[in-house]
Amino acid sequence: MKKIARELLFPLIAVIAAFVVGGILILLVGDNPITAYRLLLGSALSWPDGIGYTLFHATPLIFTGLAVLVGFRCGLFNIGVEGQLYIAAFATAWVGITLANRSSWILIPLCFAAAILSGALWAAIPGVLKARFGSHEVINTIMLNFIAVSLVSYFTQYHYKVPGDPILQTATIGPGAHIARLGKFVPGFPERIPLNLAFLLALLCCLLVYLFLWRTKWGYEIRATGSNPSAAEYGGISIRKQIVLAMAVSGALAGMVGINEVLGYRYRYYDGFSDNYGFTGIAVALLGRNHPVGVILAALLFAVLQHGGIYVDGFSENVTKDIVQVLQGIIILFVAAESFFKWLVGRGRPLPRLRASE
Amino acid sequence: MRDIFTLSLIASTIRLATPLVLAALGGLFSERSGVINIALEGKMLAGAFTAAAVTYAADTKFGLGNASPWVGLLAGLVAGLFIAAIYAVSCIKFKADQVVSGAAINILMLGVPGFLSGAFFLSSGSTPQLPKDHLLPQSPVVIAITILLLVAVIWYVLYKTPFGLRLRSVGEKPEAADAAGVSVSRLRYSGVLLAGMLAGIGGAYLSIGQSSLFTRNMTAGRGFIALAALIFGKWRPVQTLLACLLFGFTEAVSIQMQGAVKLPSGEDIPVQFINMVPYVLTIVVLAGFIGSSRPPRALGVPYQKEK
Repeated sequence: MKKIARELLFPLIAVIAAFVVGGILILLVGDNPITAYRLLLGSALSWPDGIGYTLFHATPLIFTGLAVLVGFRCGLFNIGVEGQLYIAAFATAWVGITLANRSSWILIPLCFAAAILSGALWAAIPGVLKARFGSHEVINTIMLNFIAVSLVSYFTQYHYKVPGDPILQTATIGPGAHIARLGKFVPGFPERIPLNLAFLLALLCCLLVYLFLWRTKWGYEIRATGSNPSAAEYGGISIRKQIVLAMAVSGALAGMVGINEVLGYRYRYYDGFSDNYGFTGIAVALLGRNHPVGVILAALLFAVLQHGGIYVDGFSENVTKDIVQVLQGIIILFVAAESFFKWLVGRGRPLPRLRASE
Repeated sequence: MRDIFTLSLIASTIRLATPLVLAALGGLFSERSGVINIALEGKMLAGAFTAAAVTYAADTKFGLGNASPWVGLLAGLVAGLFIAAIYAVSCIKFKADQVVSGAAINILMLGVPGFLSGAFFLSSGSTPQLPKDHLLPQSPVVIAITILLLVAVIWYVLYKTPFGLRLRSVGEKPEAADAAGVSVSRLRYSGVLLAGMLAGIGGAYLSIGQSSLFTRNMTAGRGFIALAALIFGKWRPVQTLLACLLFGFTEAVSIQMQGAVKLPSGEDIPVQFINMVPYVLTIVVLAGFIGSSRPPRALGVPYQKEK
């Protein structure tokens, strides 16, 4: 219990500190922080829209947070989640369009497989490059993000757009590929809210990631590689294999964003759909202390902010929804510079430093 | 293929390469001192927004006229410096993970310009249009000479001065430099702050040189292309300049061709593939397929002084 409290304490301080800094910024531009924050946070709890949209926004963030987490646990910084989820969403739509006439029994598993495998494969590229040539995964995943965005934009524009459509998006997927919205099962919850089964899949993935990392041999080897690569190698673990495996698992999780987006929400691939999900995933993983439960909590927080941003934009005079990104940036800065708080308080034993980029 | 090498294409290559050169040379100082700089994008955004906003204010509020873009340029430099200072303190003093802090800066700077322009200009993320005659000079000849001079100075500083030698030594073997009495953290601060200033100017050139206002996320990944050029240029000034010119050229081609480049055989190359070139080349060169590109040895490792 004490351990949990300690784990929660630090992220909580970081969030509060970020809100204080954000509040000062809001004051500086001549608005009232209390009003702005009430708009930002207050809308999330209304039933059904507030809660429904918050959980809907949380879904991709849980996936991307888990993806970043798995990388971190292996000592890898997967900054390429954004590119992986684009590739995967397009692949999902491609299967859904190509096999549009098939029944759900065939189509849904195939679409799931497309999302997971394409994400895993795209993420495995920087894994292999690191394992084989030692080139830094941070640089390669950044570069692959841009390549991914160009690639799917090319396929959408030249091969899968409905002729005459002014929007850069593909045709719709077959009805057999749709997954149900939660409104179908929850009484009083309207189906217009796009919260869908992918949310439950995201929660399931939290459990699976936990079991994988802490209850299987593979997960143990990944964590051993992350915490002390030379000791792991000495203990007979092939670091190269762990790097590729961790990147593939990370990419598979990133790819599942495509399930939520394509099979549960828009029913097509829409170019540029991601609202920085991949980069927010970094914040989610870090704030969630690289633990699946923490990821859920952090994803919920950022989802609340994202949903509330719309209200801030609409109802406050000087504050725009950009405050969400500002808060997010400050939160990560504070989480990254943990020793800042130690220095501020002037005591406390040093916590183990995150070793992501070494 | 022949008709794409026109004079106007060369001019636009130089213009488009300019912000890349500035940011990449900034990144060079930072990375040669051992601090990874994925935050170039954020620093460029800071410079671009501040330069445009200050130029506008200098022009309309203070009536500085033709001098206003120079005030804006200075403000862009200061903005880059300010962001770099936050980054430097977090990475060097508090030994935060450099990649994480860099990502934080990038996310922060996606939001800050929109936040401020919403408040100051009541717009959704852009600054008001500036008059055409109140912008930085755009003559390719003037820019080319400035850039060449800058590269020469940076080359000289890096390879021929004690400061440059020390800077490179803390990026390679900080323990040895420390033992020789060089202050690792002071040199890293200089490297990161120089990077901030240059990236800030690069961003400023984007908003008050190439265009006449700041728009939301106007760098559109140029900070990362600059980073790519730095790696493709093997962390050396002259090669980095050449890489920036190459990447500026690909951008110029993709703009000039408006959609697709026609090959002599009549086939199209979609613009998306031209856009990919810098990124693909970087991955290839980093993997060692074209010569080898070795990063400074202590890149990304916070230095812990032995007690």
